[in-house]
Amino acid sequence: MQTSSYSSSRILLPVRPWFIGFSLLAALLLNFLPTTVWHGVPDWVALLIVFWSVREPRRVGMGLAFIFGVAMDVADASLLGQHALAYVLAAYGGSSLSRRILWFPLGLQALQVLPLLLLVQLVQFSVRLLAGADSPGISYFLGPIFGTLLWPLLTFFLLLPQHQPVDRDANRPL
Amino acid sequence: MDHQPPPFFKRGPAPLALLSFYVALSVALLVVDARLQTLEVLRQALSMFTHPVQHLAQLPAQFLENAGNYFVSVSRLQAENTQLKRARLDNVATLLRTQHLEVENQRLRNLLGVKERQQASGQLAQILYSARDPYSRRIVIDKGQQDKVVSGQPVIDDAGIVGQVTRVFPFVAEVTLITDKEQAVPVQIVRTGLRSVVFGLGNGQLELRFLPANADVKDGDVLVTSGLDGIFLPGFPVARVVHIERDTSYSFARIFCMPLAGVENFSEVMILDPRPAVVLPEQLVREAAGREARSQVRSGQAKKKRLRKD
Repeated sequence: MQTSSYSSSRILLPVRPWFIGFSLLAALLLNFLPTTVWHGVPDWVALLIVFWSVREPRRVGMGLAFIFGVAMDVADASLLGQHALAYVLAAYGGSSLSRRILWFPLGLQALQVLPLLLLVQLVQFSVRLLAGADSPGISYFLGPIFGTLLWPLLTFFLLLPQHQPVDRDANRPL
Repeated sequence: MDHQPPPFFKRGPAPLALLSFYVALSVALLVVDARLQTLEVLRQALSMFTHPVQHLAQLPAQFLENAGNYFVSVSRLQAENTQLKRARLDNVATLLRTQHLEVENQRLRNLLGVKERQQASGQLAQILYSARDPYSRRIVIDKGQQDKVVSGQPVIDDAGIVGQVTRVFPFVAEVTLITDKEQAVPVQIVRTGLRSVVFGLGNGQLELRFLPANADVKDGDVLVTSGLDGIFLPGFPVARVVHIERDTSYSFARIFCMPLAGVENFSEVMILDPRPAVVLPEQLVREAAGREARSQVRSGQAKKKRLRKD
């Protein structure tokens, strides 16, 4: 049995650009939900940017990451450029590692994504420390861990639209 | 020498070049925002796109809250109603006397020729959401430039000072809570009249700093605004002292306080009108100007003397 998604015999349809945009906007919406009271809620935009830059490094790159980072900064009342810097670095890491990461089965893929997500938190953490804030505690780094655990689920759901057959078959909707 | 073949597909600039461009751009933004504070216009413009999304994201929470309110039982509402009525009756005596005292105070001040105290007035605002950043204690309220909110206005709730407006957007404004690490409020201890400044700690508590270890402060002391900053009106409750550490090896006592207002709650708040800047009397202005000029002259003379000495 082959578990690796890259060597799987299944050939995916090309991704639709509007779906990437839609999923990123949905992640932005999820980030704006009042969930700060709970520890360990992952940074959805960071997760999605890493996902698409690993899956589609030609379409989602540092430009989009920068735009979404600045949007997060404005909404978050944080220093302008804090999220942008973190997301740009994550997008670069994701796209340059994408050929390697996709060779692994999903579990090992998630393990390789963890450092990228940790990098996002670490960059923001150090920027804030340099700007004079004090550390929010170790729970700040729980988010990436839950994000990593969500990676296989995320892969399944975000690739669903690409699993559809080209010729619509009434007997086989999905 | 390595000769690379011309690329088959046009892929734009090299990833490393793009990375350095974007990193440089973000770092530039960071430095300008942290040091120069000149990006507020950009922030306001960008907020026109992000605030609708943020508002949309708050809808489920608001809906849940409204639904919860809808199913509150009648008996509980009735109990609350009677309790509120009783509280109002309890307060009515004090309130009536306060009005009377305020009028009397004004008259006496007029007689003495002292400048009138400003009446507290303001506009109600609803807290929309708190900032997502775990580092900063900030909330966003639903009044902005449209309602003539300016940055620096104090924000209170029914129990005391909540914070201060720090950023104003077209339709919303950002309030830094008094528990934020960068927020300081000049206060006065009610019991002793001791003046000090209370700083936020960033974890929901406040600290009175730089008070000597033998300062007359007790657990349970209430701090009110002293009004010396020219921003907060005097007399609003700020915090209550909860814990004092007097370590003889340090010259200062560590005094921890809890805010009295529901700083971390979601409710309605009031934005107080900004205090008018105190204008110095004509004579003082002239005197100050004269002294400045004289000191400049004096320093000029000192320089000349030094030059001569050299």
